[in-house]
Amino acid sequence: MSFTEFVSKNYNEILKSLVRHIELVGISILIGILISIPLGIFLTRHKRVAGPVLALAGTIQTIPGLVMLGFALVLIGIGMLPAIIVLTLYAILPILRNTYTGITEVDKSYTEASRGIGMTNMQTLFKVEIPIALPTIITGIRLSTVYIVSWATLAGLIGAGGLGDLIWTGLSTYNTKYILAGAVPSAILAFILNGLIGLLERILTPRGLRRSRI
Amino acid sequence: MSGALLEGILEHMAIVSIAVLISSVLGIIMGIIAYWVRFLDSVILWVSEVLQTIPSLALLALLMIIFGLGDITMIVGLVLYALLPIVRNTYTGLKNVSPHLKDAARGMGMSKMQRLFKVEIPLSFPLIFSGIKIALVNSLSVAVMGVLIGANGLGTIIYCGIQSRNMMNILMGAIPVVIMALVFDFGMSKIEKKLIKRTK
Repeated sequence: MSFTEFVSKNYNEILKSLVRHIELVGISILIGILISIPLGIFLTRHKRVAGPVLALAGTIQTIPGLVMLGFALVLIGIGMLPAIIVLTLYAILPILRNTYTGITEVDKSYTEASRGIGMTNMQTLFKVEIPIALPTIITGIRLSTVYIVSWATLAGLIGAGGLGDLIWTGLSTYNTKYILAGAVPSAILAFILNGLIGLLERILTPRGLRRSRI
Repeated sequence: MSGALLEGILEHMAIVSIAVLISSVLGIIMGIIAYWVRFLDSVILWVSEVLQTIPSLALLALLMIIFGLGDITMIVGLVLYALLPIVRNTYTGLKNVSPHLKDAARGMGMSKMQRLFKVEIPLSFPLIFSGIKIALVNSLSVAVMGVLIGANGLGTIIYCGIQSRNMMNILMGAIPVVIMALVFDFGMSKIEKKLIKRTK
């Protein structure tokens, strides 16, 4: 059986895995954004706790994905929920760090000017700091997404489905077609998401701050 | 069991160090080529970025088709995975050496090779070193997946723990990985700071 025959025969299964993979990535990135952007902004207002929190998040990031999934499997069980919890944890650090550095690095002259024209703290945050820091924040989201697409292939090991399931089936039965059917779409998915979010990054840069890309 | 743990740690370190060593040599050469041959720079950086975008399990599974089960596949995977930070930092480092210094070296009559080895590489070494640090710390964590493609290392202990749902086993394999990553990150960052001070 050739690979094309295999694909046309197992079209539904591959598509289902792809959709599940996107679900896993989408949900965990969304939760990751909802947690880490507010937390990042909070840290810029409370610099003293910023160091320890970022260090803790950095340490979590060094824990291998397989280990985290193992913990989740033992503590919570199999299925989508433990996978999403683990993926969300991994999504947090890049977004958190970029939100924090993005806002911290906004030039003092802008924030002082906004105070000078009578903006409140909230106005300064939403009308000056966030728009200027937005490209950096989006870069964080892009990095997180690429990580998560990658770690999500491991989620198949704890029964959460996704393209990892196909790769895993292929690895354990030494079936090249299954490996290709899982590996190629997941690589393309990572590649496309990376490109799309990169595009978003450029579009969302405030017009006055755009310069030729280095 | 402590024998197995020690063996796991040693194997893990061996696989990671061989891979990072090869990747450093390859990455630095690629960085130099990107710096010298202007039209190749975007191609080389693009290739190393694409390699890192590929999900690790997918990359390893694809490599397994070619290289079969075992340590070699894991090493090849790690080498490809570790390239990006090294290539990028080498390229950026060489590019950012002050043009005055490059001109001065040229004015003294240094050849291209002499400029590279006596001026440009020494000055960009802190950044190259930082790239190697990032590659090493990442590889320690990625190497755990070796167990899935039949390679040795701490992944074996962790995977045993997952299969038997034994938290102690998972922790026993995971804690050394995290400690090694943190120790290397900390130690190499210290060295990096010293290197930066010296080149300034």
